[in-house]
Amino acid sequence: MKILKTAVFLGLFLMSGFAGATALSSYSFKDKAEEQAFRELTAKIRCLVCQNQSLADSDADLASDLRREIYALWKEQKSEDEILDFLVSRYGDFVLYDPPFKPSTYILWFGPFFLLIIGGYVLSRALKSKTKDKEVELTEEDQQRLKALLEDDNDNRETTK
Amino acid sequence: MIPEIGHFALVLAMCLAIAQAIFPLVGTMNNTPSWAGLARPLAWGQALFLTIAFGALTYAFLVDDFSVRYVAANSNTLLPTVYKISAVWGAHEGSLLLWAFFLGIWSAAIAILSKSLTQEVVSRVLAVMGMINAGFVSFMLFTSNPFERLFRIPAEGRDLNPLLQDVGLALHPPTLYLGYVGFSVAFGFAIAALIGGRLDASWARWSRPWTTAAWVWLTLGITIGSWWAYYELGWGGWWFWDPVENASFMPWIAGTALMHSLAVTEKRGAFRSWTLMLAILAFSLCLLGTFLVRSGVLTSVHAFAADPARGIFILIFLLIVIGGSLALYAWRAPSIFSGGRFDLVSRESFLLGNNLLLTVFTFLVLFGTLAPLVYDALEWGKISVGFPWFNKMFLMVTPFLAVLIGFGPLMRWKRTDPAWLMKKLRIAMIISVIIGLIAFIPSISKGSLLVPLGMFLVAWVITSHITAIIDRLKHKQGISHFFADIAGKGRSYYGMVLAHLGVAMFILGATMVSHHGVDKDLRMSPGESAEISAYRFQFNGVVRTPGPNYTANQGKFTIFLDDKEVAVLEPQKRTYFAQGRPMTEAAIDWGLTRDLYVSLGEDLGDGDWSMRLYYKPFVRWIWLGGLAMALGGVLCISDRRYRTKKQKNQQLAQSDAANTLATENS
Repeated sequence: MKILKTAVFLGLFLMSGFAGATALSSYSFKDKAEEQAFRELTAKIRCLVCQNQSLADSDADLASDLRREIYALWKEQKSEDEILDFLVSRYGDFVLYDPPFKPSTYILWFGPFFLLIIGGYVLSRALKSKTKDKEVELTEEDQQRLKALLEDDNDNRETTK
Repeated sequence: MIPEIGHFALVLAMCLAIAQAIFPLVGTMNNTPSWAGLARPLAWGQALFLTIAFGALTYAFLVDDFSVRYVAANSNTLLPTVYKISAVWGAHEGSLLLWAFFLGIWSAAIAILSKSLTQEVVSRVLAVMGMINAGFVSFMLFTSNPFERLFRIPAEGRDLNPLLQDVGLALHPPTLYLGYVGFSVAFGFAIAALIGGRLDASWARWSRPWTTAAWVWLTLGITIGSWWAYYELGWGGWWFWDPVENASFMPWIAGTALMHSLAVTEKRGAFRSWTLMLAILAFSLCLLGTFLVRSGVLTSVHAFAADPARGIFILIFLLIVIGGSLALYAWRAPSIFSGGRFDLVSRESFLLGNNLLLTVFTFLVLFGTLAPLVYDALEWGKISVGFPWFNKMFLMVTPFLAVLIGFGPLMRWKRTDPAWLMKKLRIAMIISVIIGLIAFIPSISKGSLLVPLGMFLVAWVITSHITAIIDRLKHKQGISHFFADIAGKGRSYYGMVLAHLGVAMFILGATMVSHHGVDKDLRMSPGESAEISAYRFQFNGVVRTPGPNYTANQGKFTIFLDDKEVAVLEPQKRTYFAQGRPMTEAAIDWGLTRDLYVSLGEDLGDGDWSMRLYYKPFVRWIWLGGLAMALGGVLCISDRRYRTKKQKNQQLAQSDAANTLATENS
């Protein structure tokens, strides 16, 4: 039942979430830079009821409520970190598009470097073994077969060059 | 009646698919030519019945047969005809049918275009494709039947999701699916090679044009998807690292690696097992992508659990396909980088570098896409992994790839003299560095290091490719033979060049729009104007306009540059009758150097509206880059050497065998 409810809830907001441009216009900022900063802040936050939209882009009612709340904190001269901390304490890490750096997410931040190191290791090993390989020595028999074949399809080799 | 015929055709297609999975394969193993020879007729039959099934569902949509549950859920009498057709693949069941239908078509295409291949190879490839389609069609029949009837027939359908009522989304899934399904051919060739144990270069030559074709479709599909998201979702973005987008991007990256690796395997017989691995990886990611999107697991792990029949079928199917092919690989494949020797500076080593970067990148995207699901499933707390994380990863890998691209075309197989290479590329390098330095000017860089980096890479890819073309023509008949070379033997070479230039175009577009784009949220009254980056947007108010299955509030904007009118834009806010949701239709004045984009927000009373205005410089180059890549792929496929006669091909196979023999002797 809970699942069904959540699904309906999500579904409804998903639709409204796609409704497009939103009104930052109803807030006043002292200059362009401040408006831009506010936009960038809300772009880092996830709209909690949309499928995958940032708070800045969402039209969902809940998103505009949350925006208003963030705006209030903003006007109280709260720093960006303070606002984000407040949101995380209320909604959890889910609310941040950029996962925070802490023990439970170490794997997200160190994992990629681990992958890169593995990739680099594989590359260096492959290169080492390949560049040390001896040039292939063909036997007399192979040479003759090869020669016969090459004469047959010279023009084909030309095109594949 | 017609839906029952479709249903019945689907059942027959499943039977044929199962037969196709078994008989040709067994036939090649115990030397029964009559069994092996069944592959082509069975592929034909399967394609025929899947066409009938697909036709039947399309018919049900066209005549508004709401007794079919799927039609009732996704169509409406007022829906324009063209969207009734695209609604066929607008949701889960129908998109599966489209998948299976395309697989049938690709199988039939192999049956026709494989005259030059041995019966053994054709039988095995088609058998593998039969297995895949047996899985898909039975999944459809047992858990997601598109022909299911409704017993209380509704008078009106629920209508197609308004977001999908658009030409971009009519085209996006079919192109994407052609790509996904196309990789099953590369997969089939790989598995056939593993079964047969013949891992010489001939299978690489056979599967190369098919792989490129699949990649071209996937490239187009992703490009169209990005373009659609840009103009339809109304927030002006072109890529959001949404799991759904990633699902299509992962097979694309792996497929790109596969194409490059196939080149080495074909020309030099090297990296054979690595190439096989990539073929398996690319197709596995296609399957994973399809199911990630279609199973609902992305919205929530719980949605997946809510319909266990589908979920379990999907898991088992993925396990069989991926696990089975990896087991076969472990059993049959030789050591991973077997093949001829090459120097540290050689085309092989650089392509290997390209491959490893692309593979690492594929896994990074996979990692980021699945991490929230894994965290949720293991109850480690809910997290989001969004664009900031992915952008960091993207920037960690792609600049290196773009640098490698520049060296690629001048590289020689086996050994390239580093001093010669440096001499050749000196001018290209100097020009690129100068352009990169120029981009440090604050008005260009906008305070970001990424702009100079991007501009350097764009210049580098372009100048190095021009250098390579000049070098190539000098070795041939001279610069004047440029066009003769394109028309003649150099088709695939120029295809490669074009695709690489596509990458430069993409980098240009992405860099410019990310750092020079301007957007504004505004409240405007009729008659008011707003300035955005030298353009003046004048708002002329909103009027109501009727549409076929919606009514719209249509705004009117006149846009001036230096007091000269450059465009009139009419964005809409639509309300669809059947579903009552408000939808934004952005209006865009597009151009090669900039897009002007207006998206309507809400009615604020007194004729005032909230709205968002955008100035998007060079945004088109992102998709033009995608088109250039796809076109490059088409040029490669059209190269003459894939059209050699049967006899020639067999000779080649023999000479490859001699090569293989020689390598293995060492």
